[in-house]
Amino acid sequence: MSIEVKNITKRFGNFLAIDHVSLKIPDCELVALLGPSGSGKTTLLRIIAGLEDFEPGHDSDILFKDKSVVGNRIAERRIGFVFQHYALFRHQTVFENIAFGLRVRRGPGRLSRAQIKDRVMELIHLVQLDNMQKRYPDQLSGGQRQRVALARALAIEPKFLLLDEPFGALDARVRQNLRRWLRRLHDEIKLTSIFVTHDQEEALELADRVIVMNKGRIEQEGSANDVFHRPKNAFVMDFLGSVNLFHGRVVAGRTVFEESPEGKTTEFFVRPHEIELLPDNPDGNGFPATIRRVQLAGSIAKIELTDHGNKEIFVEMSHEKYSLYHFDVNARVFVVPKKTVIFAEDYSI
Amino acid sequence: MKNKTTRWSDRVIPILMITLTLLFVSLFLIIPLISIFTEAFRQGTRAYLESFKDEYAWSAIRLTLITAGIAVPMNVVFGVMAAWCITKFQFRGKNILITLIDLPFAISPVIAGLIFVLAFGQRTALGAWLIDHDIKIIFAAPGIVLATVFVTFPFVARELIPLMQEQGTLEEEAAVSLGAGGWSIFWRVTLPNIKWGLLYGLILCNARAMGEFGAVSVVSGHIRGETNTVPLYIETLYAGYSTVAAFSMATLLAGLAIITLIAKSIVEWKVKRGRRNTET
Repeated sequence: MSIEVKNITKRFGNFLAIDHVSLKIPDCELVALLGPSGSGKTTLLRIIAGLEDFEPGHDSDILFKDKSVVGNRIAERRIGFVFQHYALFRHQTVFENIAFGLRVRRGPGRLSRAQIKDRVMELIHLVQLDNMQKRYPDQLSGGQRQRVALARALAIEPKFLLLDEPFGALDARVRQNLRRWLRRLHDEIKLTSIFVTHDQEEALELADRVIVMNKGRIEQEGSANDVFHRPKNAFVMDFLGSVNLFHGRVVAGRTVFEESPEGKTTEFFVRPHEIELLPDNPDGNGFPATIRRVQLAGSIAKIELTDHGNKEIFVEMSHEKYSLYHFDVNARVFVVPKKTVIFAEDYSI
Repeated sequence: MKNKTTRWSDRVIPILMITLTLLFVSLFLIIPLISIFTEAFRQGTRAYLESFKDEYAWSAIRLTLITAGIAVPMNVVFGVMAAWCITKFQFRGKNILITLIDLPFAISPVIAGLIFVLAFGQRTALGAWLIDHDIKIIFAAPGIVLATVFVTFPFVARELIPLMQEQGTLEEEAAVSLGAGGWSIFWRVTLPNIKWGLLYGLILCNARAMGEFGAVSVVSGHIRGETNTVPLYIETLYAGYSTVAAFSMATLLAGLAIITLIAKSIVEWKVKRGRRNTET
């Protein structure tokens, strides 16, 4: 089922949390709402879920499968919501937590005791918590709680799954595993899902589509590849990985970097892995800098340099490439950007 | 040398403080408590038991139980409702409501009683109407219940508001997202989370409801066998030089206090444990 958000605005007092946002999420996709804290991503998720209202506007609307759900009760929206800190019912066991949505159901969809039990045990198996149904939330690890929260949300057979910072409270290792598990689960159950995160790596790895938010607005949306390789503006470029900013001019089709920019200069953005370091400057494309730190522990070599103006430059290269030159700390080298990005609008980062 | 003196004072000061505290506690709390029991049994167990054969004593006990039996459930219901709407919803005038809940603590119980006497007295339209229809509020049991409800109102709400504030609304939100209605949310999520805090407030509320003197004294009129609660009856007996009977009745309230303290400590421990679970 698709989700469409039309021209939604939300204010908390004077703070503009969501600024005329519209977006469309196609069926069965796993979408990441990515942005720094305060960018409005969680608020947007809560508005979609119906946990938060929005400012009425003449064309503001939220549509599930092309039908407006504004004014519908939350129960009618059939949304599985996984809260940031799980919000498990602390006085209920794993079984009771997962069964909650089924037990409070009224009307024709109500299940019998035996049906509820079957469904809950099935979900417990799905989230790999077999034999844990009698435990209480405080007897579980963070990753297990997360999976209980997920099973509880899935129990009501939701049409969508909304996850608020699903891995925020977990340590790095558990996070990695759970991330891959969630991706496989999504491919299995094929539920339109949106998750909120401030971790670009998580968004790029997990999502079919990434929506980058900043200051209550959508900066860019597209596939993970798209937003990473073709960022629309400096904010997106900066937020999706580290970036170097250089000043310079384009003179006769060639980029000339200036150490102390005077007058009107252009800003060039260069990713750390798009920079080459050379011992000399045969083409005149580079500028000199001094190596300050070399970090070799990891899958790539990370090198920190400073230029004449003491501006920091970050470079990443493969270990193979690094072993060609073996740069020492305090060595003077030439920095040659291979691929620079220029944005028409000026953004400060 | 200097080092030695510090050590000396380090040892003496705690001992001194503990001794002073113990002295104070025994002088003002334990000795009076013991003296209640010694006075009650001064003329032997028979005289003690004799005090309870009096029909006025039984009517006072009955009235006290009825009063507490009405006031405590009312304050539990209203206290939970007040705490629920203050902590789970945002609305205008919230602070005014919180202040109003504290009002019975802020004003003297005697004034509280007097307010009821004035409100239901002959001079007001309401009082006149009640008299015309032969409904007795003041100097009758309903007045006593009203005064008790007023005085004991804050106990449950005051206990629950901080607890519920700390717990936040996340679990309720989760319940809403799972399709639960307000009633289900309260019974299945909120109440289990606040049950120990609620019991704690209930115990304190009950102790005060049974022991209230000031406000009840003003509205009661001290009619023996009709509008005397246990505390009022004790005063009547004592003023009439029936010392043994007065102290015998007082042992009931003292016993209630002791039971309350024990129950309170158990519940306090449970509440603490519940809070610890919240943190993990």
